[in-house]
Amino acid sequence: MILAHFWLAFAGFGAALPLGAWQMYIRSPLHGWISDPEWYYRSVTAHGTTMAYVFPTLVAMGFGYFVAEAALQRPLIGLRWAWLGFALVVIGTVTAIIPVALGLASVLYTFYPPMIGNPFYYIGVVLVVVGSWIWVALMGINMQRWKRDNPGTPVPFPMFATVAGAYLWGWTAVGAALELLFQIIPAALGLSRTIDAGLARVFFSWTLHAIVYFWLMPTYIAYYTILPRAIGGRLYSDAMGRLSFILFLVVAMPIGVHHLFADPEVGSGFKFLHSVFTALVALPTLLTVFTICASVEIAGRLRGGKGVLGWLAALPWRNPVMLGAALSFVMLGFGGAGGLINMSYQLDSTIHNTQWVTGHFHLIFGGAIVIMYFVIAYDLWPHLTGRSLDSLGLMRAQLWTWFVGMIVLTFPWHYVGILGMPRRMAFYDYSDPVIAAQAASVTMSVIGAAILVVSGALFFLVLARGHAAPRTAPPAYRFSVAVRPPRALPAALNGFGLWLGLMIALTLVNYGFPIAHLLATPGTAVPTVNVGALR
Amino acid sequence: MNREWAAILRSKWFPASVGITAALAIAGLLVGFVVLPLADRNEQFHSVWDAICSAAGLIQNAAREPVVQANYPTTRVELTPRMLRGASAESIGRGATLALRCTMCHGARGLSEANTPNLAGQYAVVIYKQLMDFKTGARVSAVMAPLVGDLSDQDMRDLAAYYAYLPRVPASRPAGEPPQIVASGAPLRSIAPCGACHGELASKPGAAWLEGQPFDYLRTQLQDFASGARRNDIGEQMRNVARGMTVAEIDAASRFYAGLRGPTGSQADASSKQH
Ligand code: HEC
Ligand code: HEC
Ligand code: HEM
Ligand SMILES: [Cu+2]
Repeated sequence: MILAHFWLAFAGFGAALPLGAWQMYIRSPLHGWISDPEWYYRSVTAHGTTMAYVFPTLVAMGFGYFVAEAALQRPLIGLRWAWLGFALVVIGTVTAIIPVALGLASVLYTFYPPMIGNPFYYIGVVLVVVGSWIWVALMGINMQRWKRDNPGTPVPFPMFATVAGAYLWGWTAVGAALELLFQIIPAALGLSRTIDAGLARVFFSWTLHAIVYFWLMPTYIAYYTILPRAIGGRLYSDAMGRLSFILFLVVAMPIGVHHLFADPEVGSGFKFLHSVFTALVALPTLLTVFTICASVEIAGRLRGGKGVLGWLAALPWRNPVMLGAALSFVMLGFGGAGGLINMSYQLDSTIHNTQWVTGHFHLIFGGAIVIMYFVIAYDLWPHLTGRSLDSLGLMRAQLWTWFVGMIVLTFPWHYVGILGMPRRMAFYDYSDPVIAAQAASVTMSVIGAAILVVSGALFFLVLARGHAAPRTAPPAYRFSVAVRPPRALPAALNGFGLWLGLMIALTLVNYGFPIAHLLATPGTAVPTVNVGALR
Repeated sequence: MNREWAAILRSKWFPASVGITAALAIAGLLVGFVVLPLADRNEQFHSVWDAICSAAGLIQNAAREPVVQANYPTTRVELTPRMLRGASAESIGRGATLALRCTMCHGARGLSEANTPNLAGQYAVVIYKQLMDFKTGARVSAVMAPLVGDLSDQDMRDLAAYYAYLPRVPASRPAGEPPQIVASGAPLRSIAPCGACHGELASKPGAAWLEGQPFDYLRTQLQDFASGARRNDIGEQMRNVARGMTVAEIDAASRFYAGLRGPTGSQADASSKQH
């Protein structure tokens, strides 16, 4: 079942990756204008929907089920429900992708109301979300039952972190679900000819920020629970880890209005309030960076590294987990620096809706996050298949090419954004002197894209070789152990009641008024614009 | 579960976490809703309450600026998507009678021999709007103005119904790709493809059916939109397009819609020899 989740996730990824490369090629000076931009938007919708919804959701689900079994050391409760959730995701994906492929729903993954596409696209997305909610519920139930059966014992940290991610997703997906169920789907079914696009954007922002942290969760969990073990070290602090995930849960959610800085329908006061909490998200990130660096240092010293930097040299660099995590950290660092610019109200206005934004999230998401998805797959595969993965050299090559490709792809991509190149456009006339200077940068990005496609192929090669390898009996799976494993924890650090309460309360404070106000204001709806429909 | 809650409520975690979160939220609210709005010199608030309302996004005491009036006659026609749909046979018949006065220039069945625009098969809203605009002076034409002076609103609706009912010029598409300005517009100059409004990809109310119109007529209209000599388009939709077009693009688009082949000037000469 876990393997099914991972394989479906990577199959989607494998299908959407060449689309990304094709898009970059179309936008580059290597290709003339496509006469019908519809094809571009069709492709971007398929690429974005798969990469942003289907792929990370399935990875989180599969990894979550794995953690529940491996960390709690007992079979998953609700296996049938898990299969049902999986089936919903499969059906939803197929339902959504068919209208996209037919060109009936080229609305991009952010839905972009008042554009309205074929209802099946949205229904498919809702099914994927509902499938993932089953997973959220199962994660919660499995933790609760375990606590009931093991009173007084701290919940193992991997499970604690996983449940934090699940709850974060459960609540943040509500925004987009409300938008889809009450606004977009009625319009797509023809029950309504108008839509309040401003309100829809507010709902979507509710989802849009924290979805980023949902994508990030498996990566962070891997940093904390796989990396230290894989390199022979220990997790520096269990409590610090718990605190980071709790902070993500509380403050990552109600800050989405920072995606609406340029929107007039939200008052400036709320924009400021959301910015305050946005700045706070830096806290768990810094905690994580600190804890992970400390854990890695411990490993280096245990391996005999001496001096201020000697422990770095002593690290097992040939170990794919070490390598992948280090490359991921580097990309996270660059991406984080760029994120500071997006975060600021003033600087944001210079890069708003430019290719800077796409460059930025490819570096963080496609780079730092996805490279850890590869690492997770490499680490779990022997336990999922009962066959060992031996192509270590190939793995290293794959991780390196992903890193290099991502840098070559995204650095020029950021740069053309600063020059003002708009995102989500299929046409660029490089013979126009205004943008002629951007031609070389985009060509560079195409080269990066090609490297990434090769790297993606290597990834599948490694996994395929694993499936072909002879059966072995891998030792029981282990997660990292903390330097001081907790014996007893304060109740607050062993459950989520308090934190969920705070998360919901903050959401009400930060979103309640803007939503109520837009709902109560008459005349905010605009006519829908149906895409792909005959007029 | 309840025991857990009891433990949480008793511990210092509860007051600490709730306290810190509330303090942050209150500080954020104070700064965002009171301090910053009041510090903004561009805004003049009568009271703190005004500032709070403004920061919350309520539209309050918005200065009522006078609507800017154009210093030339603008169109009085308001277009809606379903306007003038489904004309009755009676209306078409009356239109046919009225149209007898128009035949000498616009042709017996709305297909002009000279360089006057074809009216056959034109969208009814377009005919109606243009007639109204000639009448109110929003569109200036020494030829058409005297002819519409005595037409009533119903007359114009009937004429529109009649011409919309007549069959169009049989399409004569020049072979090959349409010119880039027609097929793709010019994104860098914010020009949408002509077909996005004029009936290929989509049709926007009020935008005319262009295919088969005489080359000279099309080119003159585009030049007039560009220079501002024609300014009856609502919201400057067409002026904004034409202003950004190069002379060559105006030429190419006019040739394409007139059904002429080839990109260069030699063909244009041929077309002017036709009359
Ligand atoms: C003496 C010749 C003449 C007569 C008679 C005439 N028109 Fe016109 N019409 C023109 C010319 C020339 C134009 C183009 C005006 C311009 O260049 O702005 C025109 C333009 C139009 C247009 C605008 C077409 C478009 O695509 O924008 C309409 C509608 C129209 N005429 C309707 C009529 C109707 C209805 C009548 C009869 C009541 C009529 N015309 C009689 C010469 C004439
Ligand atoms: C944004 C929509 C839009 C686009 C794009 C557009 N037009 Fe127009 N066009 C209009 C509208 C609306 C009118 C009618 C203006 C009026 O109310 O008189 C018009 C009128 C015209 C006319 C005058 C027609 C007549 O018979 O009166 C011509 C010629 C024309 N457009 C050519 C073009 C060409 C060529 C292009 C592409 C380069 C183009 N248009 C792109 C909206 C558009
Ligand atoms: C070969 C590697 C890739 C290339 C060349 C690539 C390229 C692109 C391009 C050109 C766009 C459209 C940008 C625009 O027009 O504004 C895009 C959008 C997007 N990509 Fe990628 N991509 C790649 C890999 C990935 C990966 C690995 C992910 C995430 C897992 C991802 C997620 C997205 C998302 C979410 C969008 C947004 C779609 C939208 O704007 O609606 N991409 N990509
Ligand atoms: Cu965000």
